[in-house]
Amino acid sequence: MSATVGNTGELRVIAARRSNMQQLREIWQYRELLLGLIRKELKVRYKNSVLGFFWSMAQPVFLLCIYSLVFSILGAGFDDFPIWILCGLVVWTLVSTTLSTSVQAITTNQHLVSKVAFPRAVMPLATLGSALVHFVLQSIAFAIVLVVVRHDVDWEFMWLLPIAVAVLTLFLASLALLLSTINVYARDTQHLLDLALVAMFWANPIVYEYQLASTWFVDHGWPSWTPLLNPFTSVIIVFQRAIYGSAFVGDRQLLPDEGPLWYLGNLGILFVVAVVCFAVGLRMFDKAEGNFAEIL
Amino acid sequence: MDAIVADNISKVFRLNEDPSQSIKERIVRMGRSRYRDFVALEPLDLTIAQGSTMGILGHNGSGKSTLLKCLSGILKPTTGTIQLRGRLASLLELGAGFHPELTGRENVYINAAFLGIHRREIDRIFDDIVAFADLAQFIDEPVKHYSSGMYVRLGFAVAVNVDPDILLVDEVLAVGDEVFQRRCLDRIRHFQQEGRTIVVVTHAADLVRQVCDRAIVLHHGKLVADARPGEAIHVFREHLQGTMVEGGAAAPPPSGALRIVGAEVAHANQGTRRYIEPGEALEVSVMYESDIDVDSPTLEIVVHSKDGQTVFAVDLDLATHGVPPLGRAGRITVPFTSVPLLDGTFTVDFGLTDRRNPQHTAQRQGRDEFDVLNPGDSRGVAAVTVGALQHRAG
Repeated sequence: MSATVGNTGELRVIAARRSNMQQLREIWQYRELLLGLIRKELKVRYKNSVLGFFWSMAQPVFLLCIYSLVFSILGAGFDDFPIWILCGLVVWTLVSTTLSTSVQAITTNQHLVSKVAFPRAVMPLATLGSALVHFVLQSIAFAIVLVVVRHDVDWEFMWLLPIAVAVLTLFLASLALLLSTINVYARDTQHLLDLALVAMFWANPIVYEYQLASTWFVDHGWPSWTPLLNPFTSVIIVFQRAIYGSAFVGDRQLLPDEGPLWYLGNLGILFVVAVVCFAVGLRMFDKAEGNFAEIL
Repeated sequence: MDAIVADNISKVFRLNEDPSQSIKERIVRMGRSRYRDFVALEPLDLTIAQGSTMGILGHNGSGKSTLLKCLSGILKPTTGTIQLRGRLASLLELGAGFHPELTGRENVYINAAFLGIHRREIDRIFDDIVAFADLAQFIDEPVKHYSSGMYVRLGFAVAVNVDPDILLVDEVLAVGDEVFQRRCLDRIRHFQQEGRTIVVVTHAADLVRQVCDRAIVLHHGKLVADARPGEAIHVFREHLQGTMVEGGAAAPPPSGALRIVGAEVAHANQGTRRYIEPGEALEVSVMYESDIDVDSPTLEIVVHSKDGQTVFAVDLDLATHGVPPLGRAGRITVPFTSVPLLDGTFTVDFGLTDRRNPQHTAQRQGRDEFDVLNPGDSRGVAAVTVGALQHRAG
């Protein structure tokens, strides 16, 4: 420890309101904490389990088996149907894990929030971070499966994947901030979310194809892009188009017969939405943050 | 250079009249909110110079913890801004943020990260932390196996070893054993010598006198004093008394053949202040009524401190002090030429007895008080005068 204190210590300002930039700067200053919390969450979750990370594979694999079985019995599937499902499932697992854990990020850490000062936004963001770690591990496992079964991906679309993940991450970050804040004021949020997630799963073209939904909407007088109003759909169809590798199976159309730029355009729209949501999320979080310690 | 500048900060809590945490209730009420605003902290300005030690005094609910939480950033003020220069560590809750499943080592890293410290720096001070906490052989054990003492030690070690420029100390010194408290105080003094800024929140007036060079007093969220510790402690005491419930049940009227019907504690500066300073004179009077002749009266005067300790007691044989036998009514005044007491509020009890007939006795207890306020920085219970110092070299 140094014997004297310098006069050049950094200046910190605590006020009722801060700009988004100030918030981001503060979160950046606490990036070590963010990483530490992610590490902690992973470590604690697998502390006493022998199989460790393999458990994070178990759930999607299990779902995959059930859906493949059910749809093959119903005769609704098509060639390489498990791979189609997996494309949507890895994305959906990221979405549902993030949302269901982040909604409780503040409320389950009452003891910290009321005793220690740090940018609270780090906590919902850490839940997103640990969900992302699982997502990466699942993606690696998925990639191994693809290599083993010698599935042909469409390399022309593969470059869209990192962009899709980045945009999705930003969007999920804003939702994590919003949900964790709202849940402090109304604990019903976490229960409503559970229901919403079930509905959302079926609202996304995971176990069926995008084109099916699109055609249904057209038949009922809606525009063909109506399914894209679901923000997660833009991301899921990118995964399907790139990894499943084709918009068609035989003469059955699964996805819009468009080039990579159409898919990129959808991601662009989602990006704009995500940026707006993130700004709103930060602002709302900032407004509420100062009172968390007292409300909890 | 100022370490902390708080400009017009206030804190208003919104209390829910009908605390229901459900959306259903909200929808039913259609947004008609039933809220009541509670002002925990009225607007105040506060500047704390770098290197100084500042005490925040206040009784429970005075807003002192709210202020401390605002300063540390746990709560954000409703209005105003706080500028902090340098790194701040708080001893609000030692070991908050420890996760029981993780080892001491892992928790040190996370705990330090909560203070905004980078991994590389933690690597550098890690050994100091472990040595200070004296936990070298347990550092790779999960902290759930730690005793509560080890837990607090590790938390304290992190807080004081992260090189804070500003240290916020809550009632934390009240916990832990004596050895630990002494170490905390040692550390605080060490920090003072190094020119760090310290803010101590407490209702232990002695601690403020012991370590602070300035103190503020909060009362119902209002800043009522900002002064040297001695004066601040006095204001604190006055407000504390103001909030206490008066009296309780009224004492029964005096009965018996010999009665004390009144008493008075007076001093020379009564007109200007309520208290005496250490070493000043005090005059204690007692009024009596008697139906009998009391030939050899004795007057007992016992002075208690607030915690019930007898500070001094005298048994005066009034005859030997030149007081004639008591009449039907009268007043006996006892001057104490010097009261060498330091701070506190003291209670005076009286006992008037006929030594010949001890069944004739009258008491008056717990009804008369006086205050001593120590403007200096000596500590303890007795005011001792220091004479001229001598120094002989060699």
